[in-house]
Amino acid sequence: MTKQNGFAVIGKPLPKVDAVSRVTGQAIYADDMLPPRTLHCRILRSPHPHARILSIDTSAARRIPGVVAVITGADLPIKFGILPVTQDERALEHEKVRYVGDPIAAVAATEEEIAAAACDAIAVEYEVLDPVMSIDAALANPKDERIQEYGGPNNIHKLVALEFGDVDAGFARADHVREDVFFFQGNTHLPMEQHSAVATYVDGKVTLWSSTQVVHYVHRALAKVLELPMNRIRVIGAAHGGGFGGKTDPFAHEIVVAKLAMMTGRPVKCTLTREEVFYAHRGRHPVLMWVRTGVTTDGRITAMHFKTALDGGAYGSYGVASTFYTGALQTVTYDIRAYRFEGCRVFTNKPPCGPKRGHGTPQPRFAIELHLEKIAHDLGLDPVDMKRRNFVRPMTRTVNWLRVTSCGLEECTARVMDASGFRMRNRRPGHGMGFAISSYLSGAGTAIYWNDMPHSEVQIKVDRGGVTAFCGAMDIGQGSDSVLAAVVAEELGLQPKDIRLVTADTDTTPIDLGSYSSRVTFMAGNAALEAARKMRALLVEAVEASGRRFEEVTFEEAIVLAEARFGTLTSAGSYTPPKIAGPYKGSGVGPSPAYSYSACVVDLDADPRTGLLHINKVWIAHDVGRAINPLLVEGQVEGSVYMGLGEALMEEQTFRKGLHKWPSMLEYKSPTFLDMPDVETFIVETNDPEGPYGAKEAGQGPLLPVIPAVSAAVFDALGVWIDEVPVTPEKIVEALRRQGKGEAGRYGPPGFPDIPYPPCIKVEPPPRELDLAAPATI
Amino acid sequence: MKNEVKRPVDRHVVALHVNGERTELLLPVHKTLLEVLREDMQLTGTKHGCELGECGTCTVLVDGRPELSCLLLPIQIEGRAITTVEGLASGSELHPLQQAFAELGAAQCGYCTPGILLASKSLLESNRNPSRDEIREALAGNLCRCTGYAKILDAVELAAARMA
Repeated sequence: MTKQNGFAVIGKPLPKVDAVSRVTGQAIYADDMLPPRTLHCRILRSPHPHARILSIDTSAARRIPGVVAVITGADLPIKFGILPVTQDERALEHEKVRYVGDPIAAVAATEEEIAAAACDAIAVEYEVLDPVMSIDAALANPKDERIQEYGGPNNIHKLVALEFGDVDAGFARADHVREDVFFFQGNTHLPMEQHSAVATYVDGKVTLWSSTQVVHYVHRALAKVLELPMNRIRVIGAAHGGGFGGKTDPFAHEIVVAKLAMMTGRPVKCTLTREEVFYAHRGRHPVLMWVRTGVTTDGRITAMHFKTALDGGAYGSYGVASTFYTGALQTVTYDIRAYRFEGCRVFTNKPPCGPKRGHGTPQPRFAIELHLEKIAHDLGLDPVDMKRRNFVRPMTRTVNWLRVTSCGLEECTARVMDASGFRMRNRRPGHGMGFAISSYLSGAGTAIYWNDMPHSEVQIKVDRGGVTAFCGAMDIGQGSDSVLAAVVAEELGLQPKDIRLVTADTDTTPIDLGSYSSRVTFMAGNAALEAARKMRALLVEAVEASGRRFEEVTFEEAIVLAEARFGTLTSAGSYTPPKIAGPYKGSGVGPSPAYSYSACVVDLDADPRTGLLHINKVWIAHDVGRAINPLLVEGQVEGSVYMGLGEALMEEQTFRKGLHKWPSMLEYKSPTFLDMPDVETFIVETNDPEGPYGAKEAGQGPLLPVIPAVSAAVFDALGVWIDEVPVTPEKIVEALRRQGKGEAGRYGPPGFPDIPYPPCIKVEPPPRELDLAAPATI
Repeated sequence: MKNEVKRPVDRHVVALHVNGERTELLLPVHKTLLEVLREDMQLTGTKHGCELGECGTCTVLVDGRPELSCLLLPIQIEGRAITTVEGLASGSELHPLQQAFAELGAAQCGYCTPGILLASKSLLESNRNPSRDEIREALAGNLCRCTGYAKILDAVELAAARMA
């Protein structure tokens, strides 16, 4: 067995453990399942963005031959929601609808067409209310009534205000102060697989197969709404057709099929249409941002004040966390010693926004990167140099108490600078290059519901039949199963293909909180590492007791010796993040056991006549700590660049008269093969002290710098600022037109509204002795 | 548009040739090839992303050419050779495209993969040594949200080289 860097498996570009099933059509996704006697479910959804439901008459639907069951909100009245503080959703709403697509009733029938026709036969009487469709409208007095009964004033959902260090003194000390306003339009995940769930009810137990990213949270929501103990519910993650955060909430259709299976005693399946996927949403929040920064003449930041207003859609979803995230990570890339953050999320009559790749941080990343570009421009400084001067250092605490361990910002920057020739670029008309950096969590440091239990658990069983690892982690295509197999194989001296995996099944696997917040490699990886090391110790002990060394015997011989010596061979490992949150309310959002870092350069040509952009190439360097599998890391980085370009250039979820403008894959523009430039990826390894083998996240962070780098490159090319995402041709042309008229060469929001933020909670910065953050022991 | 259930539904016997096997089915005339493959023939390797001809996910080959199975009715293609992803491998031996996609990480969630494999197969049969731009052009109708397309291009190139 050859070992590079002391590893036999870690660091090798191995195919995914499930690669063959994915290329042969053998992987079974939720909609591929059709248990005998399956009933098909369709959901009736609101045609109004905001209305009171006066009556629902299902009698005509029930009379249609083939209809087996019809349910409404009265059958599922208990509210749920992903966050404990915002339990504001019903699987089916029978009192009030809050967006076009809000679920009202569901039908189970022998055929899907019959179920759809039965939905149409349900008569709903509405009292239509004035819809609230913008941040400004949500801040104003509602014409009819508020969307939700909680929050406020008006349609405000959440207000936060935090201040770290002496911000006024920081601004007083500044040689130059600048203010900017930015807007990031919402967009959606657009997974290729439409959400799907199949439920059965057998022996008094509900089993649900779902396209979810988070089997555990679905398990909890089902228990609450169905009023069943968790031990009578089993949730299994089916082969997954893409999530990007969009399948991280418990959804109406998951609860509905479980309820219908309980009522009918038959399997029930519901697969959303593509249009319904747009309504399920939970995507990128539209965010309006205002930022004010003070700097010294050499560009050192003395203070920053950041304000955000998030258009949340109709329900809470992850929104409270999203709101905090729009202010949390600015300090993780730039050393800001005085920082004030005011955030606001409003309810509007649109599908709820939630977590999309980068959750709440691509919007402020776009703003802060462009804002610093402008400050450098004001001061006549090189923006790259100025940003570099403010980079955070490894092993420090930020002013908002976030603990930074490994940090490869410098190396990432150097790699993309050198490879792209950024500094030596040829100037030609319409050509531009832009640079940006970013950082992201390797898993949220706190669970969604407060508890002291581990965030991930792994069990390993070894017997004469081989090795099996059990973990609740859900592989959504990113390769988390392959990471688990690699870790266990590395420790036991095997190859990943030798490891059997049982994952994402609440009956048979121990808890993992799921595939969100880029947590799985770090957390499940550490749990697997602990379990595998314990198993290895058992095997070594048994072999040595026989008078030989572990390296001298085959693995099969070692198993026989250990099973004979100890009986059943099992081991377990778990991972609980270190308790590193700061001493203030709201400090639970932002801490992570480690942060990834990225740097990016975008090269483009811009046509000043049409505003059309042609992206020539993207260079991206990503500090992943250590690449457990560089092939999969590259895949995550390339996929992130792709999704970032989609957001930067074309993707937007917008509405007209309460209706989604383009709930179809044709009209909702996303990049095709022809739109995607070459991407040159550099993996930077900083060997994080707490990551498994030093690994950190790769799936979200590399999306973040791409978007501001595009806009910075447009300025480099044409001399106009596009302060709004997406950066579309019409905005570029309009900015050039304004510039031609002698106005500011800019397209973006004109201002930031008055928002009744509460007085800031003032938080003392962490004491100096915390600066060299001592890594917690694992 | 209102959904309607018309009873009795018009049904026809249709003989389909899929992956070298002939099957006779009694089908409602309006049922798409995509639905028939997945629901009546249990060939669930063919996926659906939109069912409106927008995403390329449900691509199959009809007489070797890529077609969107969500826009085809079985009666249109009776007697013609249909290939789905299940028909790519020879027994348990993967097609060179499948092998390359697996090796290079060209399938992440894998949901768009069957359609892209079939569109790629059609390309390589008409052009044994396509340029990167020719591959992009041939696959431009197939969306993928995971990979950023880069590893798919690499995999098609590798398979082409191996098949040469």
